[in-house]
Amino acid sequence: MSLSLPYALAVWRRNAVMYKRTWKWNILPNFFEPVLYLFSIGIGVGAYISEIGGTSYIAFLAPGLVCVAAMNGASFEVTYNIYVRLVFEKTYDAMLTTPIEPDDVLAGEVLWAVTRAGIYGGCFFIVLTLFGLAPLPSSLWVILLIPLTGLLFAAIGMVFSLRIPNIDMFSFYFTLFLTPLFLFSDVFFPLKERLAAPWLWVAEALPLLHPVRLARASFNGEFSAIVLWDLAYTLGMSALLLLWARRGVRDRLTQ
Amino acid sequence: MSKLASSAAPVVEAREISKKFADRFAVDHLDLEIPRHVCFGLLGPNGAGKTTTLRMIYGVTRATSGTIRVFGVDIGQHVREVRSRLGVTLQQNVLIEALSPKENLLVFGRYHLLREPELSRRAEELIDFLELRSHAHVPVRQLSGGFQRRLAVALSLVNGPELLILDEPTTGLDPAVRLALWSRIRELRAAGTTVLITTHYMDEAQRLCDKVAIISAGKVIAAGTPAELITSRLAPETVELDCMPGEEATLLDGIAPDRRLRFGRRLMLYLGDATHLIEQIRRHDEGDRRSIIVRPTNLEDVYLSLTGTSLEANP
Repeated sequence: MSLSLPYALAVWRRNAVMYKRTWKWNILPNFFEPVLYLFSIGIGVGAYISEIGGTSYIAFLAPGLVCVAAMNGASFEVTYNIYVRLVFEKTYDAMLTTPIEPDDVLAGEVLWAVTRAGIYGGCFFIVLTLFGLAPLPSSLWVILLIPLTGLLFAAIGMVFSLRIPNIDMFSFYFTLFLTPLFLFSDVFFPLKERLAAPWLWVAEALPLLHPVRLARASFNGEFSAIVLWDLAYTLGMSALLLLWARRGVRDRLTQ
Repeated sequence: MSKLASSAAPVVEAREISKKFADRFAVDHLDLEIPRHVCFGLLGPNGAGKTTTLRMIYGVTRATSGTIRVFGVDIGQHVREVRSRLGVTLQQNVLIEALSPKENLLVFGRYHLLREPELSRRAEELIDFLELRSHAHVPVRQLSGGFQRRLAVALSLVNGPELLILDEPTTGLDPAVRLALWSRIRELRAAGTTVLITTHYMDEAQRLCDKVAIISAGKVIAAGTPAELITSRLAPETVELDCMPGEEATLLDGIAPDRRLRFGRRLMLYLGDATHLIEQIRRHDEGDRRSIIVRPTNLEDVYLSLTGTSLEANP
């Protein structure tokens, strides 16, 4: 293990300096996406739905979309941005001429992706509270959940980004992986009311489902034993994938 | 942390190092010793293993076998310690294009955990040292190639390195920028920095380097001071001329140069004294005189005589 927090923070800091320059352009599309979903589907489609899971449709959408915002914030960072730094800008080759080691690079980048997840998820959560869609104080648990969701999707994206042959593969990642997750993870409808039992088991493998269930439990203030499974999945999967990414970073940077 | 055995120990000491990629040796049992306070040139054709050797010296690539000591300590055991005391300018500039030179220096200085006010002081010093002042606050993407290269060198100096590694620092630069960089490198060396440089320009190596090693196919094939290499390997005078291979025997009739190299029509001949040869060629050409260059033998001649003149030799 050769992880050093000060060096990891130096990697994080590099991204933060860059982000301060460009956040106005980056934040708007990512931030508005869940807001648009919330109001178009929540109000538009919601008008035809009198009640779902004991609430209005827009209130049903709210917790899931917090996780989607966090997922998107982390995912953009660890896909296109990481790949550009790795392959085109050679940022890490330069970092590795200093005392920074591959583990620091991974930790700094993941921490940065979690930070962006926090920015997007956090902004969206503020919007929800302003519109009275986040019941206080129980929904405040998502403040902890947002970085966990970011961590999970940072880990998934990292593993993917380190192993693809070219940048075009990311369109698969977004359209064939993140979009189905978005549509089939309890965000828009409760899976257990619409899927047959065998499919429900399959759905348990989907990474977004677990943060969404945790967010919903927090918004409803109803915590059952399944919360433990969702937490275990989120943390365990993140840890496993980070170990895998760690090998990938070392292989890519030290060959 | 281990300390240096003595200040006289070599800065870099590589013993029998090899690096194997799949089934090919990029570096093949290479020995290298770089003494303190010299400018050391690592020369060789593309693909000879120069960059891989550098990467093993600063510890980013692990040697398949052999040992490397930098500042007297094993690089494998003390990567962070060693890298905190050296600086590397990579072949490709790694700059943040949206940021200014000053901001790039601050970001890079933080990789070495430099803190304010030291960080800013160091950045300002390097802006002056590499003459970046006029554009210190302009985004890097608007700067010329020469400016960007100087900034890349400045970044590698941010921690005040004892060993500066420069991988082809002047490739693609105009003559004025090359001269300016050479003069900075000399100043650094005079101030006690050890410099390790790779280059394809033999005039650069000859002017700048106290010692050079020529590597080919991952091995050192010659090493020494440029003057030693020239006098020990080739005769002091070089004659260059165009002649067809069929003409060669007639032109050289009765004269045996120490060595000859041919590149297509171009023939280079190395001899102790060229006078006799030139008279003979002039007699042969009569009125229709061909152009002949007579010059002192240089490092490029040695390099070409060692690495070969065929482009196929080093794919």
